[in-house]
Amino acid sequence: MRKLILTTTATIALGAVSASAEEVRVYNWSDYIDEELLTRFEEETGLDLIYDVFDSNEVLETKMLAGGSGYDVVVPTGTFLQRQISAGAFQKLDPAKLPNLDNMWDVVEQRTAQYDPDNAYSINYMWGTTGIGVNVGKVTELLGEDAPVDSLDLIFNPENMEKLAGCGVHFLDAPAEMIPAALKYIGEDPDSHDPDVIARVEEVYAPIRPYIQKFHSSEYINALANGDICVAVGWSGDILQARDRADEAGNGVEIAYNAPKEGAQMWFDQMAIPTDAPNPDGAHKFLNFIMDAQNMAAASNYVYYANGNKASQEYLIEDVIDDPAIYPSQEAMDNLFTTTPYPAKVQRVVTRLWTKIKSGT
Amino acid sequence: MRRATLILVPYLWLLALFLVPFVIVLKISLSDTALAIPPYTPTLDFGAGWQGIRDFFSQLDLENFWFLSTDDLYWKAYLSSVKIAAIATFLTLLAGYPIAYGMANAPDHWRPTLMLLVILPFWTSFLIRVYSWMGILSGEGYLNQFLMWTGLISQPLTILNTPIAVYIGIVYTYLPFMILPIYAALERMDASLLEAAEDLGCSRFKAFWLITIPLSRNGIIAGCFLVFIPTIGEFVIPSLLGGSRTLMIGKVLWEEFFNNRDWPVASAVAVILLLILIVPIILFQRNEQKQREAEG
Repeated sequence: MRKLILTTTATIALGAVSASAEEVRVYNWSDYIDEELLTRFEEETGLDLIYDVFDSNEVLETKMLAGGSGYDVVVPTGTFLQRQISAGAFQKLDPAKLPNLDNMWDVVEQRTAQYDPDNAYSINYMWGTTGIGVNVGKVTELLGEDAPVDSLDLIFNPENMEKLAGCGVHFLDAPAEMIPAALKYIGEDPDSHDPDVIARVEEVYAPIRPYIQKFHSSEYINALANGDICVAVGWSGDILQARDRADEAGNGVEIAYNAPKEGAQMWFDQMAIPTDAPNPDGAHKFLNFIMDAQNMAAASNYVYYANGNKASQEYLIEDVIDDPAIYPSQEAMDNLFTTTPYPAKVQRVVTRLWTKIKSGT
Repeated sequence: MRRATLILVPYLWLLALFLVPFVIVLKISLSDTALAIPPYTPTLDFGAGWQGIRDFFSQLDLENFWFLSTDDLYWKAYLSSVKIAAIATFLTLLAGYPIAYGMANAPDHWRPTLMLLVILPFWTSFLIRVYSWMGILSGEGYLNQFLMWTGLISQPLTILNTPIAVYIGIVYTYLPFMILPIYAALERMDASLLEAAEDLGCSRFKAFWLITIPLSRNGIIAGCFLVFIPTIGEFVIPSLLGGSRTLMIGKVLWEEFFNNRDWPVASAVAVILLLILIVPIILFQRNEQKQREAEG
């Protein structure tokens, strides 16, 4: 979080120095890039880069639907992208301005086409899974050596949660991911849009709710790394970043990430250009810069997320390309599921249910 | 003429900063959601002439307000916000009064410094100050480290993400708004009244209770309103320091707006919040006016 503030301050300072040059405004997730890349982009293109960050799809979507956000490149997740495309929020990409499109990975493109047919509006930036991060020392101390750290049982079984509550458990504040996970746990279709099926999630959360300290989508990185909490349901790369921050701090905290063996949700963060982007040319330059094999590899090497860029794979460090938590094996890939956006009426049911779950009322 | 201009300025101000935004919010609260930019319908189309305007008005309805009354979530959130605001206001008064009292009784040459110390926190961003409380209150935070070092506790206390943290955050943030009006009232108090009471055999505590408190009443009331009114709609403090269990209307509004993308219902929540706040705001105005008249 400190990093987030610094980034924002740096961005403001950057913007103030030379407002005269041509600007490209990028709105990306927090802790999601190697900041050296930002400087490199400015050096290579001579454009001024304004880089802002967010930590929830909802915030981004509200800006997109309000219109006039002023951003040239934004990074929604697949399901949100799909809805925003149908609201007319994005413009089609111009392949002529994106020579690096050849670097993209067909395996990922096939999956993202589910949200953005023909990948006409977006390119994949990174992808990952939603899973469980644990403080290995504390969890084994509380649940023993055979703690089910790679299973949804760890977080949805009240017996386990009761023991873990004392040292802190955080869940993502993202109903579109936490509800599918609970449905998977009770053996339902995680992508169900049937309100009656979705309602069953309440039975899963009610008994464990007292043991969840917080629902939040970015605080858990630092909280895990500092040893403030011992379990977080979160995004793969974020938890791996927490692992590295704990290593760097040398505070004796050991963090591990697992995609639940019952099946984990796979998501794709897509870069797209808003319809009303002030500088679509600059936006294309930024996308092309990101799709450069070495640049994309640098970003993945820094944030520990897999990307949709085949050519970048030869530049990835072993810690990234050989880590099954980042690039899962084919067998593990088959165990991952994707979801589709909720229609408006179901969305209201989902949000209401989520508020009820979170507030306990 | 000059008088009219003088009156006009604040009214224009009110019109531009309050009435116009309110009418926009009210209009959205009568609309329906849509998957579009902006995400509601109808939008006013002047191009279609009178027919367009007629169509526009015919599509507005009170459906969203009806929806709010059917789900108890909203009432619970409103009530819970009022409760939290009331308790927090009382705690702020408990913390603020002694500070204001001490300031008013301090030697004259100290007062500007003390005043500066009260205002000084405003020089730092509100957000950063709330963030630093996260660092103080967290499980491995400074407070727990200190308490464990003194040996008072052996296990870290869970304060962050509980209602206690929310109260701490509110009391800390709004303390100056409580101190300043009370200080202003106490400073104006005639010290000879207390001397007279003492001469007549009144104990110091009794004199405080019978003279100081009643004379600072207007300051107390003003301070309480200044804390209570913004606290009801508070969003930042509960979302950063509170757990998910702290139900406040500001958070519900945020969820309607961002998670449901339901601007019309979010606007309806905001309109009702405003109606609820009108009562304390009018009481506050009355108190101020009475005070001015008493002094005038």
